[in-house]
Amino acid sequence: MNVPTMAEMMAQGKQPEVLFWVGCAGSYDDRAKKITKAFVKILNNAKVEFAVLGTEESCSGDPAKRSGNEFLFQMQAMTNIEILNAYEIKKIVTACPHCYNTLKNEYPELGGKYEVIHHTELLQSLINDGRLKIEGGSFKGQRITFHDPCYLGRANDVYEAPRELLEKMEVELVEMNRCKSNGLCCGAGGAQMFKEAEKGTNEIFIERTDEALSTKSSIIATGCPFCNTMITDGVKNANKENEVQVLDIAEMIVSANKL
Amino acid sequence: MHLIPNLLFALLLIVGVGIFVKNIKKIIRNIKLGKAIDRSDNADKRWKNMLLVAFGQSKMVSRPLSGILHIIVYAGFIIINIEVIEILIDGLFGTHRIFKFAGPLYTFLIGSFEILAFMVFVSVIIFWMRRMVIRVPRFWNKEMTSWPKNDALNILYFEMVLMSLFIIMNATDTAFQQLNAGNPISQFVTPLFSNFSVDSLHFIERAAWWIHVIGIFIFLNYLYYSKHLHILLAFPNTFYANLNPKGQLDNLESVTNEVKLMMDPNANPYAAPLEDAVPSKFGASDVTDLTWVQLMNAYTCTECGRCTSVCPANITGKELSPRAIMMKTRDRLEEVGKIIDQKGSFENEGKQLLNDYITPEELWACTSCNACVEACPVNINPLSIIMDMRRFLVMEQSAAPQELNVMMTNIENNGAPWQYSQMDRLNWKDE
Repeated sequence: MNVPTMAEMMAQGKQPEVLFWVGCAGSYDDRAKKITKAFVKILNNAKVEFAVLGTEESCSGDPAKRSGNEFLFQMQAMTNIEILNAYEIKKIVTACPHCYNTLKNEYPELGGKYEVIHHTELLQSLINDGRLKIEGGSFKGQRITFHDPCYLGRANDVYEAPRELLEKMEVELVEMNRCKSNGLCCGAGGAQMFKEAEKGTNEIFIERTDEALSTKSSIIATGCPFCNTMITDGVKNANKENEVQVLDIAEMIVSANKL
Repeated sequence: MHLIPNLLFALLLIVGVGIFVKNIKKIIRNIKLGKAIDRSDNADKRWKNMLLVAFGQSKMVSRPLSGILHIIVYAGFIIINIEVIEILIDGLFGTHRIFKFAGPLYTFLIGSFEILAFMVFVSVIIFWMRRMVIRVPRFWNKEMTSWPKNDALNILYFEMVLMSLFIIMNATDTAFQQLNAGNPISQFVTPLFSNFSVDSLHFIERAAWWIHVIGIFIFLNYLYYSKHLHILLAFPNTFYANLNPKGQLDNLESVTNEVKLMMDPNANPYAAPLEDAVPSKFGASDVTDLTWVQLMNAYTCTECGRCTSVCPANITGKELSPRAIMMKTRDRLEEVGKIIDQKGSFENEGKQLLNDYITPEELWACTSCNACVEACPVNINPLSIIMDMRRFLVMEQSAAPQELNVMMTNIENNGAPWQYSQMDRLNWKDE
């Protein structure tokens, strides 16, 4: 696996076509690291010249901002922006919708102006440009449902890119009742990922996973490491972990195309 | 002597409109208690939004049944109100059906009004049944007791009565019925009055006319006390709504200045702070900390509950209800307004929006998923209020839940919400 850092690129006097913003989940969380690696494999396969910040990357500040800590958010943002600007970054891709939203919408006002895209959008454009060819492999014809991450869907109106990738894999896409702009949150947003939920009658991740399971899909696909964690927990809670997989679309592409 | 009705009508008109204008001024004053926010950009897009969302009801039809019924009532309200022009002139000058000279056009118009009035009547009955018989859950959440519940029913009763009076007025107008045009609905009501003498028919017609007029004025003034204000405020509310992507939260400018100063190696840490360099407060604990757009949102909310019915926290039984956030904001703003009415200015009486109305438990239950914002048919943004209040809790009171404090400490220390060294960020590459 070839994962150049920006520092190495700069030493060679090269500028990548896109910076891969890995994010904290993608860097440290065991489940999310698999998504990160899957995405890198696709980038390598499509011969995309990319780089990561590596140890120079730091939290985008999203969970701090959504917790109400604007100070911490802006300190994170400005530190990151200084580094990104020093490397003259123009285009950023990330597999985390929270980083995506923050970098895309909240950094520009603080001096960080980049073209920011979600990994499903990059994959879609690689296919459109003929740089990446994918097949459905074992997923062909399988019943699969897609869970819209709030920060990709409602927050930024990206609904089609992930669905087009699933279509390319010729899966049988079964939509949940609450999908696209009506999608139900997995329960992790707004920094909920890092705390216990308030007292209630049910957990949000169970409510959502039950809906996904009711589609009788063998795979619940998503495009967010936090949604992935929540729904994986939901599947375990329903004792369905042997029948139903929760996968990122990048992982599906890697597995179907044996990358 | 025959001038008495005209004078009475003029008096009614002056008093009815007068009190209404006075109350509207109060609402504008209260909204202006909010902090400044610039929403003067993109006029084209704003007009388009208003035309589409408020005038065109585009977001209503995402729920087809209630959406279409609402469009009927809304269209009926606007179109039948053309009749009010005639009522005003007739009332002031003692004429009777002054526009009758327009002949077929007149009867066509009145006929359309009758059909609309009938459709409105039926729609309102269905609305009532949805609330009271079918009991659609969003009308029975816990914030929908006492006044909010009665308010909604009052409005439906008002509309039933006003529409009935309009039809009865036409049905008992013998001369109008004799034209036998423009009476597609009332002709079926006329037989009910077939045994009445000419005098009593005339009396009923006059009574219906007067009660209808008085009803309109009462309804007009009822708006101020009611959730029904949306019929006016939906327009400015959609015009001034947020145009940025829903995921984008505003960056607090006051914080930006401080952070820049902190990160600037050349800054003099001992320099005297500039006048108003540090705002008195970060985030919101009371309505006066919110922006005027957020306060207008609160007055615009018609408590339909579409937001609450899609809120993941509310669906799973948490305290949070986005509709209640708006209702509580309005209640508190009304209270502040009353203090100003009494004392001339706002002196804090020891209460505030936070804790006395909205609890931290509600605020911390939000996942910031934007479902409520998406669902609102008039582009109200409950999430922005929740976020501003979280900011107060965290930046002014350090009152975040303990686990969030741990998360934030981790970000501060090692640039990630978990306790991993920043030096290990690229370890996944070789695992």
